[in-house]
Amino acid sequence: MADERGREMAADISGTELVPTATSHGDGAPVGTAVVSRDIIENPGLPSHRQRVTDVDPKSERRASRIVTALFYLSVVGSIGAIVSYFAVPIVPDDPASVRLNTLFLGSFIALSLLTIGIGAVHWGKALMMDHEGVDVRHPIRGTAATRARAIEIFDQANKESGFGRRSLIRGSLIGALAIFPLPAIFFFRDLAPIGNNPAELLSHTMWKEGTRLTRDPTGIPIKASDVTIGSVFHVIPEGLEDAEDLLEQKAKAAVLLMRLKPEDLNPSPEKVGWAYDGIVAYSKICTHVGCPVALYEQQTHHLLCPCHQSQFDITQEAKVIFGPANRPLPQLPIAVDSEGYLVAQSDFHEPVGPSFWERRSDYDNA
Amino acid sequence: MTTTTPETPTSTVQPGQVQPGTQGGAVGAISNYLDERTSISAVVKEFGRKIFPDHWSFMLGEVALYSFVVILISGSFLTFFFQASMAEVVYNGSYVPLKGLEMSAAMNSSLDISFDVRGGLLMRQVHHWAALLFIASIVLHMLRIYFTGAFRKPRELNWVIGFLLFVLAMGEGFTGYSLPDDLLSGNGLRIIDGLLKGIPVIGTWISYLLFGGEFPGTQIIGRLYTLHILLLPAIVVALIALHLVFVVVHKHTQYPGPGKTNNNVVGYPILPVYAAKAGGFFFIVFGVIMLMAAFFTINPIWNYGPYDPSPVSAGTQPDWYIGFADGALRLIPPGWEWTLGNYTFSLNVFLPVVVLGLFIVAVLLYPFFEGWVTGDKREHHLLDRPRNAPTRTAIGAAGITFYCGLFFAASSDLIATHFKMAMEHVIHILQFTTVIGPFIAFFIAKRICLALQKKDREIALHGFESGRIVRLPGGEYIEVHHQLDAYERWKLVSFNDYQPLMLRPNDRGEIKTSQRLRAAVSRWFFEDRIAPVTRTELEAAHSHGDHGDHGVVEAKDEAMGGAPHIRS
Repeated sequence: MADERGREMAADISGTELVPTATSHGDGAPVGTAVVSRDIIENPGLPSHRQRVTDVDPKSERRASRIVTALFYLSVVGSIGAIVSYFAVPIVPDDPASVRLNTLFLGSFIALSLLTIGIGAVHWGKALMMDHEGVDVRHPIRGTAATRARAIEIFDQANKESGFGRRSLIRGSLIGALAIFPLPAIFFFRDLAPIGNNPAELLSHTMWKEGTRLTRDPTGIPIKASDVTIGSVFHVIPEGLEDAEDLLEQKAKAAVLLMRLKPEDLNPSPEKVGWAYDGIVAYSKICTHVGCPVALYEQQTHHLLCPCHQSQFDITQEAKVIFGPANRPLPQLPIAVDSEGYLVAQSDFHEPVGPSFWERRSDYDNA
Repeated sequence: MTTTTPETPTSTVQPGQVQPGTQGGAVGAISNYLDERTSISAVVKEFGRKIFPDHWSFMLGEVALYSFVVILISGSFLTFFFQASMAEVVYNGSYVPLKGLEMSAAMNSSLDISFDVRGGLLMRQVHHWAALLFIASIVLHMLRIYFTGAFRKPRELNWVIGFLLFVLAMGEGFTGYSLPDDLLSGNGLRIIDGLLKGIPVIGTWISYLLFGGEFPGTQIIGRLYTLHILLLPAIVVALIALHLVFVVVHKHTQYPGPGKTNNNVVGYPILPVYAAKAGGFFFIVFGVIMLMAAFFTINPIWNYGPYDPSPVSAGTQPDWYIGFADGALRLIPPGWEWTLGNYTFSLNVFLPVVVLGLFIVAVLLYPFFEGWVTGDKREHHLLDRPRNAPTRTAIGAAGITFYCGLFFAASSDLIATHFKMAMEHVIHILQFTTVIGPFIAFFIAKRICLALQKKDREIALHGFESGRIVRLPGGEYIEVHHQLDAYERWKLVSFNDYQPLMLRPNDRGEIKTSQRLRAAVSRWFFEDRIAPVTRTELEAAHSHGDHGDHGVVEAKDEAMGGAPHIRS
């Protein structure tokens, strides 16, 4: 079979005389498009052995042997040094410098003990051990004809004795059973996450609701509109986040950036007029690309930069993406001021925050 | 076992005869004990004097193996202290700036390992540095295999195993990176969450199930920990064992050279030389990792603090091996996201996943692709010098360029700040490098290979210029050329040569589309080729040189004009 294909492939080529490789393995394995020429230069064979300086000079041999011994002794010194420093250079509570010293001493002594063993052994091997090159003969990877014939015979016999090929009903039902039996395992993965929730639904809501005060991250102190000067930026969390049971999950959706621009710099679209208060705007801090916190605010240009993948959002254009891989603007949180002068949310975000997901509808803005 | 042969009692000792292996005191006694129970003498007989060829580049795989051993040792130590739990605790350890802060038990125990366990920080850093070295040496090892053609028959399957190890190593790296639950690793998980959500149809649910609810949830660290210390290492160990079994079965490849053929292995025996050198090398690798861990901080989680979805620091970098994936996310142009009815299709997130997947699969399948193109079914135990496989080398250069474009994109912000460039320019340059760069690299690498082959050819035929100018009796000046000796020349003339596939109709007189495709690819591969020097050519060149003293000069001209640079 293999030989036939070989001839077919050899026939594909024209122009060059092709001969089966006599020297190569697989005896007549197809050479494909390889050019096998008879007119090759001969392999000159192994060059004569060159002696090392340690082979000819007894003095340098003795020296090499002394070096190897010394290195191994030095390794013992390193190991003992490491044990000694474990006690002599302890970690002192509340003193970070002691941690550094402890690491440094332990590491250096252990490294000494390891490296000296390694260098000593390699030096021994290279300088002192017999260095005459040996030659092993390779045998073809494929089994001999006899072995392969025997293997086939065994399978044939097993087939006859079991009736695997003959009893198609048994065979078919076994294959079916084997294909079906892992299926329960797939269902077992369902309870990796709690049932009764639709993830798309969870992603569409945050803690913000009408009247929730905007508070500082992480202290939770409410923010007065009068505290927010032009050009300043506040990292904001909803009031009551600290008491939430699922604090991190809520924070991962509800984190907000608060900025104050000159009111004339904001260009709100008609449906978002009234979402800002006197130039103060609040946008979701969670990047619409893959969800990093968009934490960098350029005061002069009013751009927000995501430090993870460098998406840039322009606050003067309702956080529109002006560069980078993100596609959607950061969702805006409509805000107002309550009777005490504190900033509060008018409602939740009008669309899901954070990265896109398959079930995310496109018509949230109108909802 | 239906037939039983009467057992020859092996322990029978003729009177007055000493049983072999019982001499030699304690060592002999132990050896005898073992052999009588394990038959280990057969193993020593079989493998003890097995020959291994010698070359520095064969160490790269060894580095990978040894750093994995270091990872196992240091990792086991860490598991004794680490708590893979996201339960909220208040930090009360030695590191003052974080005292009183709420954090997960995972972060808390990571800090305790760093600040309250002697040698704990050292082991954490050994583990992390060894992991970085592990993947780096795997990549270099793979590049060595690729550029020398060591993946050819019979080693294609071992390439696949090695490739799986590479992927698993990255998986191990990522799961381990996430465990301390610090700010940086939490943001890494956040990005994974975003990536998963970008997968069409099933993404939202995959993320929901993986995190056990909404991100970040309270499950993920424990789940990653199981993967990191149980499932993935078990597979890695099994595959490494299989990888090494194949190395033994195939015997190691060797570089072409005098005396080396496809049918032999030239080198040194395992006992004693390789035992000393490879065994010693393990200690050197371990020692170097230990030095790095002692002197260079890696992943200072105490600076980042516990995970919190709100803050992030600028200039954050993933571990280097994740760089290409992070870079791919950054290079996507804005606006690659569409809504399809009520659904959102985030190509800006999904495309990098797909492209990287295809890139990785291309790496996996390359040996089979090249085998299909050449149709060569012989075993290949002699390595190629990269120049002697110009198209393969050029494809490799293109792949490296693509990878590096993505890799450097992961540092686009740092490149911008360090070189005082605009972020936008950096991204655009890297987009160009990643998309167009591979084509340029392919062209340049291929030309360099062909030029080097031409140079080899010329030197093999005519020797090299000695720089010695001689004036002939007739007043003519020539430069003396040194001829190579047979050993040096052999290195330059012994390589595999392929020519493009010629389309021929089969027996039924038809040309199949698959054959047309193969012929086209084969032409692309081999139409520019430099044939190895033949005996006839060499003899001609030499007899030519013997005729007159000025032959050496002429020979040079001939080489310039007449090098058989075959184009078909």
